Amino acid sequence: MADAGSLINWSLLALEPPGWGGVLLAGLWNSIQIAIGGYGLGLILGTGGAMGKLYGGPVTKDLLEVYTTLVRAVPELVLILILYYAGTDVLSQISIAFGWGAVDISGLAAGIFVIGVVQGAYSTEVIRGAIKAVPAGQIEAARAYGMSPTQIMRRITLPAMLPHAIPGLSNLWLIATKDTALLAVVGFSELTLVTRQAAGSTKAYLLFFCAAGALYLMITLLSNVLIGFIERHYRRGMTRTA
Amino acid sequence: MTEQTVSAMALTELPSKQSFFKPHRIVLMAIAAIFVFCVIWFMRWEWVPKYSGALAHGVGVTLLMLFATSILGFFLAVPIGLVQVTGPWPLKMLAKGFCTIIRGTPLLLQLWLLYYGLGSLFPQFPGIRSSFLWPYLREAWPYGVAALTLSFAAYEGEVMRGAFAGVPPGELEAARAYGMSPFTMFRRIWLPRAVYRALPTLNGETVLQLKSTPLVATITVIDAYAVISKVRQATYLTYEPLLLLALIYLCLTAILVVAFRYFESKIPSRGA
Repeated sequence: MADAGSLINWSLLALEPPGWGGVLLAGLWNSIQIAIGGYGLGLILGTGGAMGKLYGGPVTKDLLEVYTTLVRAVPELVLILILYYAGTDVLSQISIAFGWGAVDISGLAAGIFVIGVVQGAYSTEVIRGAIKAVPAGQIEAARAYGMSPTQIMRRITLPAMLPHAIPGLSNLWLIATKDTALLAVVGFSELTLVTRQAAGSTKAYLLFFCAAGALYLMITLLSNVLIGFIERHYRRGMTRTA
Repeated sequence: MTEQTVSAMALTELPSKQSFFKPHRIVLMAIAAIFVFCVIWFMRWEWVPKYSGALAHGVGVTLLMLFATSILGFFLAVPIGLVQVTGPWPLKMLAKGFCTIIRGTPLLLQLWLLYYGLGSLFPQFPGIRSSFLWPYLREAWPYGVAALTLSFAAYEGEVMRGAFAGVPPGELEAARAYGMSPFTMFRRIWLPRAVYRALPTLNGETVLQLKSTPLVATITVIDAYAVISKVRQATYLTYEPLLLLALIYLCLTAILVVAFRYFESKIPSRGA
């Protein structure tokens, strides 16, 4: 057995082309972009979905129930494949129908769409739970003051539900960063896939997978610090529970 | 992860049967029926009989993976949760670090690290090559089981930590006052009470585990997802196999949820 120093060839992680460090960082950047975009899209879908589920008509409620039930019951990997093919297919069909010719949908946009739809269902449930935790008296008081539904939403419901939603939403952010790894299966060159390519061509599997793991862990730990700040900010003035 | 997040990500209860037949629902169901009919009529399903045997086997592998890793993971989660509550600090740090690392990295990466990383390292040691384990280590499934077990243990260990910490200290003091040894106290009072507290999240965690099992197909374990991938390559169909797969997972999740509801109703509880 050789000793550890010569067993690990650190120069493989160098940033310049003979090393793969730059490729890994580019993959990390792709992952972060998709995570942020998908999470943002998920938040928009989730807020709309929660509103629809709580205040929408019976048909809206049922359709949203079907959406969240399906996404929560089917593995992300399967959903990502279906949405990835269906999304790009529908878009190119539309573009052909309008006579723009076949469009090449960027992997980044497709990835954001796919992660966003999945995250949308999760955050619908989180936000719905948080809105239900807002004391009904506060919303009734706002109504008694003559506020319109949008004003109630903007002034009372959304700010009051945030402290309840933040633990769940911050978990969903961490899930989003890890779900980007699933896009490796559809061939999008995010961190996990480039890691596998780097490992496959250099045969230094352990080194590269550990390096990628460290990068993911770094995102998680940094996010945790940030989430701590945000949580403390929005929990100010609330009694400490749990 | 809190219980709230788990139930937001995993289906933990089925829609109630009450008021199922409202007028608008009948219309919606009619539209859904037309949609399903179109899917069956206009899409190509003639490959299903040919692959049904392989598919049934794949579903069996998926379920085997699910139950084996959930049960093993749960047994691993108990000590992980326990040492974080009472253990000496080195063990506490170790358990905490394990949970942080596993929960902070994607499962797909862990799976590939074990399969490609360790799998390429093992053959370099003659001791392992000649051991009785070698025939198993050359297969893919042990790595899949290991990765899924560790992942379940880390997530459930966090739940168990909360559950152990949440058992009222008075009950433990009472057990001690009766002269129970620490082990007896753990076996009779602490563990059953903690497991009881952790049960609601166990349902969600198990559904999440089911949703993670298709990842093992990426390391050549032939589960339901891998069978469907093979169908897609053989028939050049994009949607039909994936839709069937989604339906299969939907049914499996529903069965799991119903089973958990049944067992939960069997456990006596005060009040509710």
